[in-house]
Amino acid sequence: MRSLNNISLGQFIPGDSLIHRLDPRCKIVCTFMLLAGLFMASEPLDFVLWCALPCLFSRLSGTSMTTILKTGRPVVFLVAVTVFINLLWTPGHEILRIGPLRVTWEGITVAVGMGLRLFFLVIFAAMLMMTTSPMDFSAGLERLMSPIGRLGLPTSEMAMMMTIALRFIPTLFEETDRILKAQISRGADFDSGGLIRRARSFVPVLVPLFVLVFLRAENLATAMESRCYSPGAPRTRLHPLRWAARDSVAVICLFSFIAAVVALDRLVLGGVRPFR
Amino acid sequence: MQGVTYSYQGATAPAVTGVDLEVNPGEWLALVGANGSGKSTLAKICNALQIPTQGVCRVMGLDSSDPANTGEIRRNVALVFQNPEDQIVASIVEEDVAFGPENLGLPSGEIQIRVDRALELTGLLEYRGRGSSSLSGGQKQRLALAGALAMSPCALVLDESTSMLDPEGRESFLGCIGELNAQGMTIVQITHRMEEAVRAGRIAVMERGRVVWDGAPELFFGGEYLRWGFEEPLEFALHRELLARGILPGATLPVAEDMLRSLCL
Repeated sequence: MRSLNNISLGQFIPGDSLIHRLDPRCKIVCTFMLLAGLFMASEPLDFVLWCALPCLFSRLSGTSMTTILKTGRPVVFLVAVTVFINLLWTPGHEILRIGPLRVTWEGITVAVGMGLRLFFLVIFAAMLMMTTSPMDFSAGLERLMSPIGRLGLPTSEMAMMMTIALRFIPTLFEETDRILKAQISRGADFDSGGLIRRARSFVPVLVPLFVLVFLRAENLATAMESRCYSPGAPRTRLHPLRWAARDSVAVICLFSFIAAVVALDRLVLGGVRPFR
Repeated sequence: MQGVTYSYQGATAPAVTGVDLEVNPGEWLALVGANGSGKSTLAKICNALQIPTQGVCRVMGLDSSDPANTGEIRRNVALVFQNPEDQIVASIVEEDVAFGPENLGLPSGEIQIRVDRALELTGLLEYRGRGSSSLSGGQKQRLALAGALAMSPCALVLDESTSMLDPEGRESFLGCIGELNAQGMTIVQITHRMEEAVRAGRIAVMERGRVVWDGAPELFFGGEYLRWGFEEPLEFALHRELLARGILPGATLPVAEDMLRSLCL
Protein backbone atom coordinates (compact mmCIF):
# COMPACT_ATOMS: atom_id res chain seq x y z
CA MET A 1 0.00 0.00 0.00
CA ARG A 2 1.34 3.43 -1.01
CA SER A 3 2.30 5.80 1.84
CA LEU A 4 0.03 8.80 2.34
CA ASN A 5 2.81 10.96 3.73
CA ASN A 6 3.99 12.17 0.33
CA ILE A 7 0.63 13.59 -0.73
CA SER A 8 1.07 17.35 -1.07
CA LEU A 9 -2.59 18.37 -1.22
CA GLY A 10 -2.99 21.96 -0.01
CA GLN A 11 0.38 22.03 1.68
CA PHE A 12 2.41 25.19 2.10
CA ILE A 13 6.04 25.05 0.99
CA PRO A 14 7.94 27.77 2.88
CA GLY A 15 10.07 30.03 0.69
CA ASP A 16 11.07 33.61 -0.07
CA SER A 17 10.30 33.86 -3.77
CA LEU A 18 8.48 36.68 -5.53
CA ILE A 19 5.25 34.67 -5.45
CA HIS A 20 5.70 33.91 -1.73
CA ARG A 21 6.13 37.63 -1.04
CA LEU A 22 2.93 38.67 -2.83
CA ASP A 23 0.06 39.79 -0.60
CA PRO A 24 -2.29 36.84 0.10
CA ARG A 25 -5.26 38.93 -1.09
CA CYS A 26 -3.52 39.38 -4.44
CA LYS A 27 -2.93 35.62 -4.71
CA ILE A 28 -6.52 34.79 -3.78
CA VAL A 29 -7.91 37.30 -6.31
CA CYS A 30 -5.52 35.96 -8.98
CA THR A 31 -6.61 32.38 -8.28
CA PHE A 32 -10.29 33.31 -8.63
CA MET A 33 -9.50 35.10 -11.90
CA LEU A 34 -7.71 31.98 -13.12
CA LEU A 35 -10.62 29.74 -12.18
CA ALA A 36 -13.10 32.05 -13.92
CA GLY A 37 -10.86 32.25 -16.99
CA LEU A 38 -10.52 28.49 -17.04
CA PHE A 39 -14.26 28.05 -17.40
CA MET A 40 -14.33 30.54 -20.25
CA ALA A 41 -11.81 28.46 -22.20
CA SER A 42 -13.37 26.50 -25.02
CA GLU A 43 -10.56 25.96 -27.55
CA PRO A 44 -7.73 23.41 -27.49
CA LEU A 45 -5.28 26.30 -28.03
CA ASP A 46 -6.59 27.97 -24.84
CA PHE A 47 -5.47 24.99 -22.79
CA VAL A 48 -2.06 25.06 -24.44
CA LEU A 49 -1.77 28.71 -23.34
CA TRP A 50 -2.97 27.83 -19.82
CA CYS A 51 -0.06 25.39 -19.59
CA ALA A 52 2.28 28.38 -19.67
CA LEU A 53 1.02 29.52 -16.27
CA PRO A 54 2.20 26.55 -14.14
CA CYS A 55 5.56 26.78 -15.96
CA LEU A 56 5.85 30.51 -15.20
CA PHE A 57 4.71 29.88 -11.64
CA SER A 58 7.33 27.15 -11.24
CA ARG A 59 10.05 29.58 -12.35
CA LEU A 60 8.89 32.50 -10.18
CA SER A 61 8.16 30.48 -7.04
CA GLY A 62 11.15 28.13 -7.15
CA THR A 63 8.80 25.13 -7.01
CA SER A 64 9.61 22.23 -9.31
CA MET A 65 7.13 21.23 -12.03
CA THR A 66 7.07 17.73 -10.56
CA THR A 67 5.84 19.11 -7.22
CA ILE A 68 3.19 21.19 -8.99
CA LEU A 69 1.97 18.27 -11.10
CA LYS A 70 1.99 15.95 -8.07
CA THR A 71 -0.75 18.08 -6.49
CA GLY A 72 -3.07 16.85 -9.22
CA ARG A 73 -2.52 13.23 -8.22
CA PRO A 74 -5.35 12.98 -5.64
CA VAL A 75 -7.92 14.05 -8.26
CA VAL A 76 -6.76 11.74 -11.04
CA PHE A 77 -9.61 9.33 -10.25
CA LEU A 78 -12.19 12.14 -10.31
CA VAL A 79 -10.78 13.42 -13.61
CA ALA A 80 -10.87 9.89 -15.05
CA VAL A 81 -14.54 9.43 -14.02
CA THR A 82 -15.47 12.84 -15.50
CA VAL A 83 -13.69 12.03 -18.76
CA PHE A 84 -15.31 8.60 -18.92
CA ILE A 85 -18.85 9.92 -18.33
CA ASN A 86 -18.49 12.76 -20.83
CA LEU A 87 -16.88 10.48 -23.38
CA LEU A 88 -19.71 7.96 -23.45
CA TRP A 89 -22.79 10.03 -22.70
CA THR A 90 -22.34 13.08 -24.93
CA PRO A 91 -24.59 12.93 -28.01
CA GLY A 92 -23.16 13.80 -31.41
CA HIS A 93 -21.53 12.26 -34.46
CA GLU A 94 -20.74 8.65 -33.65
CA ILE A 95 -17.18 7.56 -34.46
CA LEU A 96 -16.99 4.30 -32.50
CA ARG A 97 -19.47 1.81 -31.03
CA ILE A 98 -18.57 -0.98 -28.58
CA GLY A 99 -21.76 -2.84 -27.70
CA PRO A 100 -24.14 -0.37 -26.06
CA LEU A 101 -21.35 2.22 -25.61
CA ARG A 102 -21.09 5.04 -28.18
CA VAL A 103 -18.11 7.35 -28.58
CA THR A 104 -18.78 10.59 -30.40
CA TRP A 105 -16.45 13.30 -31.67
CA GLU A 106 -18.27 15.79 -29.43
CA GLY A 107 -17.86 13.37 -26.50
CA ILE A 108 -14.08 13.24 -26.97
CA THR A 109 -13.72 17.02 -27.13
CA VAL A 110 -16.03 17.68 -24.16
CA ALA A 111 -14.34 14.93 -22.10
CA VAL A 112 -10.83 16.24 -22.78
CA GLY A 113 -11.95 19.83 -22.08
CA MET A 114 -13.64 18.89 -18.78
CA GLY A 115 -10.71 16.72 -17.67
CA LEU A 116 -8.22 19.50 -18.37
CA ARG A 117 -10.42 22.08 -16.63
CA LEU A 118 -10.64 19.94 -13.50
CA PHE A 119 -6.93 19.22 -13.52
CA PHE A 120 -6.00 22.89 -13.97
CA LEU A 121 -8.51 23.87 -11.30
CA VAL A 122 -6.69 21.72 -8.73
CA ILE A 123 -3.27 22.81 -9.97
CA PHE A 124 -4.14 26.52 -9.72
CA ALA A 125 -5.65 26.11 -6.23
CA ALA A 126 -2.54 24.17 -5.19
CA MET A 127 -0.30 26.93 -6.58
CA LEU A 128 -2.03 29.35 -4.20
CA MET A 129 -1.71 27.05 -1.19
CA MET A 130 1.91 26.10 -1.92
CA THR A 131 3.05 29.72 -1.68
CA THR A 132 0.68 31.09 0.98
CA SER A 133 0.94 30.04 4.61
CA PRO A 134 -2.45 29.07 6.09
CA MET A 135 -2.23 32.01 8.53
CA ASP A 136 -1.61 34.46 5.63
CA PHE A 137 -4.31 32.77 3.59
CA SER A 138 -6.88 33.10 6.36
CA ALA A 139 -5.86 36.73 7.01
CA GLY A 140 -6.23 37.52 3.30
CA LEU A 141 -9.53 35.70 3.07
CA GLU A 142 -10.81 37.39 6.21
CA ARG A 143 -9.94 40.81 4.80
CA LEU A 144 -11.55 40.01 1.45
CA MET A 145 -14.66 38.75 3.21
CA SER A 146 -14.88 41.76 5.53
CA PRO A 147 -17.83 43.28 3.58
CA ILE A 148 -19.79 40.07 4.30
CA GLY A 149 -18.65 40.30 7.93
CA ARG A 150 -20.48 43.59 8.22
CA LEU A 151 -23.69 41.66 7.53
CA GLY A 152 -23.05 39.60 10.68
CA LEU A 153 -21.32 36.55 9.22
CA PRO A 154 -18.50 35.20 11.45
CA THR A 155 -15.75 35.74 8.86
CA SER A 156 -12.81 35.62 11.30
CA GLU A 157 -14.03 32.32 12.77
CA MET A 158 -14.50 30.93 9.26
CA ALA A 159 -10.97 32.01 8.34
CA MET A 160 -9.54 30.47 11.54
CA MET A 161 -11.37 27.21 10.82
CA MET A 162 -9.79 27.15 7.38
CA THR A 163 -6.31 27.83 8.83
CA ILE A 164 -6.63 24.93 11.23
CA ALA A 165 -8.06 22.62 8.59
CA LEU A 166 -5.09 23.36 6.34
CA ARG A 167 -2.61 23.05 9.20
CA PHE A 168 -3.99 19.59 10.02
CA ILE A 169 -3.86 18.16 6.48
CA PRO A 170 -0.29 16.78 6.86
CA THR A 171 -1.04 15.60 10.42
CA LEU A 172 -4.14 13.74 9.29
CA PHE A 173 -2.28 12.08 6.43
CA GLU A 174 0.41 11.00 8.91
CA GLU A 175 -2.18 9.64 11.32
CA THR A 176 -4.09 7.83 8.55
CA ASP A 177 -0.82 6.31 7.37
CA ARG A 178 -0.01 5.21 10.94
CA ILE A 179 -3.45 3.64 11.44
CA LEU A 180 -3.25 1.91 8.03
CA LYS A 181 0.15 0.43 8.88
CA ALA A 182 -1.06 -0.62 12.34
CA GLN A 183 -4.05 -2.41 10.78
CA ILE A 184 -1.87 -4.02 8.09
CA SER A 185 0.50 -5.29 10.80
CA ARG A 186 -2.55 -6.94 12.41
CA GLY A 187 -3.49 -8.69 9.17
CA ALA A 188 -5.83 -6.19 7.49
CA ASP A 189 -5.85 -6.37 3.69
CA PHE A 190 -6.65 -3.20 1.77
CA ASP A 191 -5.34 -4.24 -1.63
CA SER A 192 -7.35 -7.30 -2.63
CA GLY A 193 -10.98 -7.91 -3.46
CA GLY A 194 -13.58 -5.89 -5.34
CA LEU A 195 -14.56 -2.28 -4.85
CA ILE A 196 -17.13 -3.00 -2.11
CA ARG A 197 -14.81 -5.30 -0.19
CA ARG A 198 -12.02 -2.74 -0.39
CA ALA A 199 -14.36 0.02 0.78
CA ARG A 200 -15.48 -2.18 3.69
CA SER A 201 -11.89 -2.91 4.66
CA PHE A 202 -11.38 0.81 5.32
CA VAL A 203 -13.97 0.88 8.14
CA PRO A 204 -11.35 -0.16 10.78
CA VAL A 205 -9.26 2.78 9.58
CA LEU A 206 -12.05 5.36 9.52
CA VAL A 207 -13.38 4.64 13.02
CA PRO A 208 -10.10 5.31 14.90
CA LEU A 209 -9.37 8.20 12.53
CA PHE A 210 -12.68 9.90 13.39
CA VAL A 211 -12.13 9.34 17.12
CA LEU A 212 -8.64 10.81 16.78
CA VAL A 213 -9.88 13.82 14.82
CA PHE A 214 -12.47 14.66 17.48
CA LEU A 215 -9.92 14.22 20.28
CA ARG A 216 -7.44 16.42 18.42
CA ALA A 217 -10.09 19.06 17.81
CA GLU A 218 -10.99 19.15 21.51
CA ASN A 219 -7.38 19.31 22.65
CA LEU A 220 -6.55 22.01 20.12
CA ALA A 221 -9.55 24.10 21.18
CA THR A 222 -8.35 23.87 24.81
CA ALA A 223 -4.79 24.81 23.80
CA MET A 224 -6.05 27.78 21.75
CA GLU A 225 -8.22 28.94 24.63
CA SER A 226 -5.26 28.69 27.02
CA ARG A 227 -3.38 31.03 24.64
CA CYS A 228 -6.12 33.65 24.98
CA TYR A 229 -7.93 32.90 21.71
CA SER A 230 -11.48 34.12 21.86
CA PRO A 231 -13.72 33.62 18.79
CA GLY A 232 -14.66 36.92 17.20
CA ALA A 233 -12.29 38.98 19.36
CA PRO A 234 -10.05 41.39 17.41
CA ARG A 235 -6.56 40.03 16.72
CA THR A 236 -3.40 41.68 15.48
CA ARG A 237 -0.80 40.06 13.21
CA LEU A 238 2.91 39.39 13.32
CA HIS A 239 3.15 40.42 9.66
CA PRO A 240 0.31 42.85 8.89
CA LEU A 241 -1.00 42.62 5.33
CA ARG A 242 0.39 45.29 3.00
CA TRP A 243 -0.72 45.69 -0.61
CA ALA A 244 2.41 46.67 -2.56
CA ALA A 245 2.93 47.86 -6.15
CA ARG A 246 4.03 44.35 -7.17
CA ASP A 247 0.61 43.03 -6.13
CA SER A 248 -1.15 45.49 -8.44
CA VAL A 249 1.28 44.59 -11.25
CA ALA A 250 0.59 40.87 -10.72
CA VAL A 251 -3.19 41.36 -10.85
CA ILE A 252 -2.96 43.58 -13.98
CA CYS A 253 -0.60 41.16 -15.78
CA LEU A 254 -2.77 38.14 -15.03
CA PHE A 255 -5.96 39.98 -15.97
CA SER A 256 -4.34 41.02 -19.27
CA PHE A 257 -3.28 37.42 -19.96
CA ILE A 258 -6.75 36.03 -19.26
CA ALA A 259 -8.40 38.81 -21.29
CA ALA A 260 -6.02 38.08 -24.19
CA VAL A 261 -6.78 34.33 -24.06
CA VAL A 262 -10.54 34.94 -23.89
CA ALA A 263 -10.32 37.47 -26.75
CA LEU A 264 -8.32 35.00 -28.84
CA ASP A 265 -10.90 32.35 -28.03
CA ARG A 266 -13.92 34.48 -28.86
CA LEU A 267 -12.66 36.65 -31.73
CA VAL A 268 -10.05 34.61 -33.59
CA LEU A 269 -10.94 30.96 -32.98
CA GLY A 270 -14.62 31.57 -32.30
CA GLY A 271 -15.84 29.39 -35.17
CA VAL A 272 -14.45 26.01 -34.09
CA ARG A 273 -15.36 25.59 -30.34
CA PRO A 274 -14.79 21.89 -29.82
CA PHE A 275 -14.09 22.11 -25.98
CA ARG A 276 -17.49 23.29 -24.81
CA MET B 1 -6.01 27.41 45.90
CA GLN B 2 -8.32 27.07 48.85
CA GLY B 3 -10.62 24.08 49.16
CA VAL B 4 -10.72 23.63 45.37
CA THR B 5 -13.07 20.93 44.14
CA TYR B 6 -13.86 20.25 40.49
CA SER B 7 -16.33 17.77 39.03
CA TYR B 8 -16.68 16.98 35.32
CA GLN B 9 -20.22 16.88 33.99
CA GLY B 10 -21.71 13.43 34.38
CA ALA B 11 -18.81 12.12 36.48
CA THR B 12 -19.65 10.09 39.58
CA ALA B 13 -16.78 11.49 41.65
CA PRO B 14 -15.01 14.85 41.57
CA ALA B 15 -11.68 14.94 39.72
CA VAL B 16 -10.20 17.24 42.35
CA THR B 17 -11.39 17.39 45.98
CA GLY B 18 -10.68 20.10 48.54
CA VAL B 19 -7.23 21.02 47.31
CA ASP B 20 -5.33 23.63 49.32
CA LEU B 21 -2.15 24.55 47.51
CA GLU B 22 -0.06 27.68 47.34
CA VAL B 23 2.67 28.19 44.76
CA ASN B 24 5.09 31.00 45.55
CA PRO B 25 6.61 33.25 42.88
CA GLY B 26 9.84 31.82 41.42
CA GLU B 27 9.15 28.37 42.85
CA TRP B 28 9.50 25.09 40.91
CA LEU B 29 6.78 22.74 42.09
CA ALA B 30 6.59 19.16 40.84
CA LEU B 31 3.10 17.69 41.01
CA VAL B 32 3.32 13.90 40.96
CA GLY B 33 0.69 11.19 41.11
CA ALA B 34 -0.84 8.25 39.31
CA ASN B 35 -3.04 8.55 36.20
CA GLY B 36 -6.47 9.93 37.06
CA SER B 37 -5.28 11.51 40.31
CA GLY B 38 -6.45 14.97 39.14
CA LYS B 39 -3.11 16.55 38.17
CA SER B 40 -4.19 17.69 34.69
CA THR B 41 -7.47 19.08 36.05
CA LEU B 42 -5.48 21.09 38.56
CA ALA B 43 -3.27 22.40 35.72
CA LYS B 44 -6.36 23.55 33.81
CA ILE B 45 -7.72 25.21 36.95
CA CYS B 46 -4.44 27.20 37.22
CA ASN B 47 -5.03 28.54 33.66
CA ALA B 48 -8.75 29.26 34.25
CA LEU B 49 -9.67 26.63 31.65
CA GLN B 50 -11.70 24.95 34.39
CA ILE B 51 -13.46 26.94 37.07
CA PRO B 52 -13.65 25.22 40.50
CA THR B 53 -17.12 23.95 41.35
CA GLN B 54 -16.24 24.66 45.00
CA GLY B 55 -13.46 26.65 46.61
CA VAL B 56 -11.36 29.49 45.28
CA CYS B 57 -8.39 29.62 42.91
CA ARG B 58 -6.50 32.90 42.93
CA VAL B 59 -3.76 33.68 40.46
CA MET B 60 -1.75 36.77 41.44
CA GLY B 61 -4.70 37.78 43.58
CA LEU B 62 -7.21 37.39 40.72
CA ASP B 63 -10.17 35.11 41.35
CA SER B 64 -10.43 32.65 38.44
CA SER B 65 -14.21 32.33 38.82
CA ASP B 66 -14.63 35.97 37.73
CA PRO B 67 -14.86 35.96 33.89
CA ALA B 68 -13.34 39.45 33.85
CA ASN B 69 -10.06 37.96 35.14
CA THR B 70 -9.84 35.05 32.69
CA GLY B 71 -7.74 36.88 30.06
CA GLU B 72 -5.28 38.25 32.62
CA ILE B 73 -4.90 34.83 34.29
CA ARG B 74 -4.28 33.08 30.97
CA ARG B 75 -1.73 35.72 30.00
CA ASN B 76 0.14 35.22 33.27
CA VAL B 77 -0.08 31.43 33.60
CA ALA B 78 0.93 29.67 30.40
CA LEU B 79 0.14 26.01 29.88
CA VAL B 80 2.18 23.48 27.90
CA PHE B 81 0.39 20.22 27.22
CA GLN B 82 1.56 16.65 26.77
CA ASN B 83 1.23 16.31 23.00
CA PRO B 84 2.81 19.15 21.01
CA GLU B 85 0.73 18.21 17.94
CA ASP B 86 -2.39 19.25 19.83
CA GLN B 87 -1.19 22.77 20.55
CA ILE B 88 0.53 23.88 17.35
CA VAL B 89 -1.95 26.08 15.51
CA ALA B 90 0.05 27.48 12.59
CA SER B 91 2.03 25.81 9.84
CA ILE B 92 5.08 28.05 10.22
CA VAL B 93 7.18 28.10 13.39
CA GLU B 94 7.22 31.87 13.94
CA GLU B 95 3.53 32.20 13.09
CA ASP B 96 2.69 29.63 15.74
CA VAL B 97 4.75 31.40 18.39
CA ALA B 98 3.00 34.66 17.41
CA PHE B 99 -0.48 33.15 17.85
CA GLY B 100 -0.78 34.05 21.57
CA PRO B 101 0.55 37.64 21.31
CA GLU B 102 -1.73 38.16 18.27
CA ASN B 103 -4.68 37.14 20.44
CA LEU B 104 -3.59 39.72 23.01
CA GLY B 105 -3.91 42.39 20.31
CA LEU B 106 -0.29 43.53 20.59
CA PRO B 107 1.28 45.69 17.87
CA SER B 108 3.36 43.78 15.29
CA GLY B 109 6.68 45.25 16.56
CA GLU B 110 6.01 43.95 20.08
CA ILE B 111 4.90 40.56 18.70
CA GLN B 112 8.16 40.35 16.72
CA ILE B 113 10.23 41.07 19.86
CA ARG B 114 8.36 38.43 21.85
CA VAL B 115 8.63 35.84 19.07
CA ASP B 116 12.38 36.45 18.72
CA ARG B 117 12.91 36.18 22.48
CA ALA B 118 10.82 33.00 22.83
CA LEU B 119 12.55 31.35 19.86
CA GLU B 120 15.96 32.28 21.23
CA LEU B 121 15.14 30.92 24.70
CA THR B 122 13.99 27.62 23.25
CA GLY B 123 16.82 27.37 20.72
CA LEU B 124 14.52 27.50 17.71
CA LEU B 125 15.65 30.81 16.21
CA GLU B 126 17.13 29.13 13.14
CA TYR B 127 13.86 27.26 12.49
CA ARG B 128 11.62 30.33 12.50
CA GLY B 129 10.69 30.13 8.82
CA ARG B 130 10.35 26.33 8.77
CA GLY B 131 7.14 24.37 8.56
CA SER B 132 6.02 23.19 12.01
CA SER B 133 5.23 19.73 10.67
CA SER B 134 8.86 19.28 9.58
CA LEU B 135 10.17 19.57 13.17
CA SER B 136 11.17 16.60 15.31
CA GLY B 137 9.13 15.63 18.39
CA GLY B 138 11.53 17.44 20.75
CA GLN B 139 11.56 20.55 18.56
CA LYS B 140 7.76 20.53 18.40
CA GLN B 141 7.56 20.46 22.19
CA ARG B 142 10.05 23.32 22.37
CA LEU B 143 7.86 25.16 19.86
CA ALA B 144 4.87 24.64 22.14
CA LEU B 145 7.00 26.03 24.99
CA ALA B 146 8.01 29.01 22.83
CA GLY B 147 4.32 29.66 22.10
CA ALA B 148 3.65 29.72 25.84
CA LEU B 149 6.68 31.93 26.58
CA ALA B 150 5.64 34.47 23.94
CA MET B 151 2.72 35.32 26.23
CA SER B 152 5.38 36.66 28.68
CA PRO B 153 3.86 34.69 31.55
CA CYS B 154 4.87 34.83 35.22
CA ALA B 155 4.25 31.12 35.64
CA LEU B 156 4.51 28.07 33.44
CA VAL B 157 2.41 24.94 33.96
CA LEU B 158 3.84 21.85 32.22
CA ASP B 159 1.30 19.07 31.94
CA GLU B 160 3.46 15.98 31.35
CA SER B 161 5.19 17.96 28.63
CA THR B 162 8.18 15.65 28.45
CA SER B 163 6.32 12.35 28.23
CA MET B 164 6.54 12.14 24.43
CA LEU B 165 10.19 13.13 24.19
CA ASP B 166 13.26 10.95 23.81
CA PRO B 167 15.94 11.20 26.56
CA GLU B 168 17.94 13.77 24.59
CA GLY B 169 14.86 15.90 23.81
CA ARG B 170 13.74 15.64 27.44
CA GLU B 171 17.11 16.77 28.75
CA SER B 172 17.19 19.74 26.38
CA PHE B 173 13.59 20.70 27.28
CA LEU B 174 14.22 20.44 31.04
CA GLY B 175 17.46 22.39 30.67
CA CYS B 176 15.42 25.18 29.12
CA ILE B 177 12.90 25.02 31.98
CA GLY B 178 15.74 25.14 34.51
CA GLU B 179 17.10 28.32 32.91
CA LEU B 180 13.66 29.95 32.96
CA ASN B 181 13.24 29.07 36.64
CA ALA B 182 16.70 30.48 37.39
CA GLN B 183 15.51 33.72 35.76
CA GLY B 184 12.62 33.85 38.23
CA MET B 185 9.77 32.14 36.40
CA THR B 186 7.41 30.04 38.53
CA ILE B 187 7.17 26.46 37.28
CA VAL B 188 4.47 23.90 38.05
CA GLN B 189 5.54 20.62 36.50
CA ILE B 190 3.22 17.67 36.31
CA THR B 191 5.18 14.50 35.84
CA HIS B 192 5.32 10.77 36.42
CA ARG B 193 9.09 10.65 36.30
CA MET B 194 10.95 10.85 39.57
CA GLU B 195 14.18 11.78 37.79
CA GLU B 196 12.39 14.92 36.59
CA ALA B 197 10.72 15.69 39.92
CA VAL B 198 14.15 15.67 41.53
CA ARG B 199 14.94 18.98 39.81
CA ALA B 200 12.04 20.77 41.52
CA GLY B 201 12.32 22.85 44.66
CA ARG B 202 9.15 21.37 46.11
CA ILE B 203 7.08 18.27 45.48
CA ALA B 204 3.35 17.68 45.94
CA VAL B 205 1.77 14.22 45.63
CA MET B 206 -1.78 13.82 44.36
CA GLU B 207 -3.95 10.81 44.95
CA ARG B 208 -7.63 10.43 44.06
CA GLY B 209 -8.08 14.16 43.57
CA ARG B 210 -6.38 15.23 46.79
CA VAL B 211 -2.96 16.61 47.60
CA VAL B 212 -1.78 13.98 50.07
CA TRP B 213 1.80 15.07 50.57
CA ASP B 214 3.59 18.37 50.06
CA GLY B 215 7.18 19.09 51.01
CA ALA B 216 10.86 19.39 50.20
CA PRO B 217 12.47 17.01 47.66
CA GLU B 218 15.06 15.95 50.26
CA LEU B 219 12.28 14.56 52.44
CA PHE B 220 10.41 13.05 49.50
CA PHE B 221 13.44 11.28 48.11
CA GLY B 222 14.56 10.29 51.60
CA GLY B 223 12.05 7.46 51.24
CA GLU B 224 8.64 9.16 51.17
CA TYR B 225 8.23 8.41 47.46
CA LEU B 226 8.25 4.67 48.15
CA ARG B 227 5.35 5.16 50.56
CA TRP B 228 3.24 6.61 47.76
CA GLY B 229 3.97 3.74 45.44
CA PHE B 230 6.36 5.42 43.00
CA GLU B 231 8.74 3.13 41.20
CA GLU B 232 12.32 3.53 42.26
CA PRO B 233 14.64 4.53 39.42
CA LEU B 234 18.10 2.94 39.38
CA GLU B 235 19.89 6.13 40.44
CA PHE B 236 17.59 6.39 43.46
CA ALA B 237 18.48 2.87 44.58
CA LEU B 238 22.14 3.80 44.17
CA HIS B 239 21.54 7.00 46.12
CA ARG B 240 19.93 5.08 48.97
CA GLU B 241 22.81 2.62 49.05
CA LEU B 242 25.44 5.37 49.00
CA LEU B 243 23.65 7.15 51.84
CA ALA B 244 23.47 3.94 53.86
CA ARG B 245 27.21 3.36 53.39
CA GLY B 246 28.01 6.94 54.35
CA ILE B 247 29.63 7.73 51.00
CA LEU B 248 27.18 10.55 50.38
CA PRO B 249 26.54 13.26 52.95
CA GLY B 250 23.00 13.22 54.36
CA ALA B 251 20.05 15.16 52.87
CA THR B 252 21.28 15.17 49.28
CA LEU B 253 19.19 14.55 46.21
CA PRO B 254 19.66 11.58 43.88
CA VAL B 255 21.29 13.68 41.15
CA ALA B 256 23.57 11.53 38.97
CA GLU B 257 26.31 14.19 38.72
CA ASP B 258 26.49 14.68 42.51
CA MET B 259 26.66 10.95 43.12
CA LEU B 260 29.38 10.54 40.51
CA ARG B 261 31.38 13.36 42.09
CA SER B 262 31.09 11.78 45.56
CA LEU B 263 32.17 8.41 44.23
CA CYS B 264 35.15 9.79 42.33
CA LEU B 265 36.48 12.09 45.04
